Amino acid sequence: MALTRGFSGRSRGPQDTRLPPGQYDAGAAWPVLHVESTPSIDTARWTFEVDGLVDTPVRWSWEEIRALPGSRYEGAIHCVTTWSKFGMRFDGVSVDTLLDIAGVGADAAFALARSHTGYTTNLPLDDLTGGKAWVVWDVDGEPLQDIHGGPARLLVPHLYFWKSAKWVSGLTLLAEDRQGFWERNGYHDHGDPWREQRYQGDR
Amino acid sequence: MTAVVRGRAPHPGPWQTARVTGIRRETPTAKSFTLTLSEPRAFWPGQHMIVRLTAPDGYRAQRSYSIASAPSGAAELDLTVELLPDGEVSRFLHDAVEVGDVLDVRGPIGGHFAWDLRPALGVAGGSGIVPLMSMLRHARALGEPDLFRLVVSVRGPEDLYYAAEVRGPETSIAFTRAVPDGYARPPGRLTAEDLAAALDPDRELYVCGSTAFCDAATRLAETAGVPTGRIRVERFGVTG
Repeated sequence: MALTRGFSGRSRGPQDTRLPPGQYDAGAAWPVLHVESTPSIDTARWTFEVDGLVDTPVRWSWEEIRALPGSRYEGAIHCVTTWSKFGMRFDGVSVDTLLDIAGVGADAAFALARSHTGYTTNLPLDDLTGGKAWVVWDVDGEPLQDIHGGPARLLVPHLYFWKSAKWVSGLTLLAEDRQGFWERNGYHDHGDPWREQRYQGDR
Repeated sequence: MTAVVRGRAPHPGPWQTARVTGIRRETPTAKSFTLTLSEPRAFWPGQHMIVRLTAPDGYRAQRSYSIASAPSGAAELDLTVELLPDGEVSRFLHDAVEVGDVLDVRGPIGGHFAWDLRPALGVAGGSGIVPLMSMLRHARALGEPDLFRLVVSVRGPEDLYYAAEVRGPETSIAFTRAVPDGYARPPGRLTAEDLAAALDPDRELYVCGSTAFCDAATRLAETAGVPTGRIRVERFGVTG
């Protein structure tokens, strides 16, 4: 589209190739964006379930999920509101580990993630497997604060960050895609930042 | 009675161009821009638009700004932009954009915070008034001002957006640091009493402001007995 008269952008070196199109580096800030009031969830009552098209539905308590083999993600996160943040370190458990325990059903192709607040978001199953997704409870070595989704959130860092459901409470595996909260409200079903899949209708 | 709007808030169309047809200063750090869209889009109060700037080398920056005007069916809408410290896009809009300039825009965006005309109370902190002003203006334009009540928390009189227009029987203003001469309420943070005066049991709550303001206002409302499920929150700005 058209150039913006007079706009050159803030001074910068060569375009940062780590930044997906339309994103900026938030630096040290970690912006907060969620639509619920911030809940405070007691780990004594926290649970996480995998159900739907699985061999065996499984529910973990806080102690049980933390006893599983740990897994770390180090890298960037990208929010659809255009900030990206580099050098993040999250610790938790790989979604692969959780799905291996439950056993993925033959027809499962999509997942609907849900939160203790009622928030939902949909993802293709392929985006949750193969070392691409986690349930995390520590960031940079500290417990995840409640404003950032603590005690535990989903982490799918190769997709826009609304897919990384805060206060995550479970995954339901499905044969067909079922839209979650933001997706029903106009946001993209897949949400790949490198393809700028921000809104419904983006390719 | 105005019927509750059925269905969902409009979804964004493709990118389009918009001409800046008016610029108005609201406060020392806020300006409203009237945009005339090349492809008019319906919107609901509470939705926002994306503005995208493109540099000659292809570099782009885009940000979301809430719509401040009421839906009218016309091609025009107002965005109010707060000048942020180190704000690349807000600084450009404030300092460089003039009437007659053309901007790339897309929208409207956002369904959760969009107002469907059910009786509501807006609770605004500072610049968080912008999407709520669209709701207030819409209710007034419909001739049903009590459909939307508004409580605004703001530091002082010079920080109040839309100062000449916002005051009215359905609005109240809580100044936190400095009050105008003769103002009855002493300066101080928003309190449960400030909300109680405007609350009734069936109102939806729309809370908008900084994260700290939203969390504080939400706690006040929950303490006052508003069910969590009836509170919608839009957070502006960043935290560390």
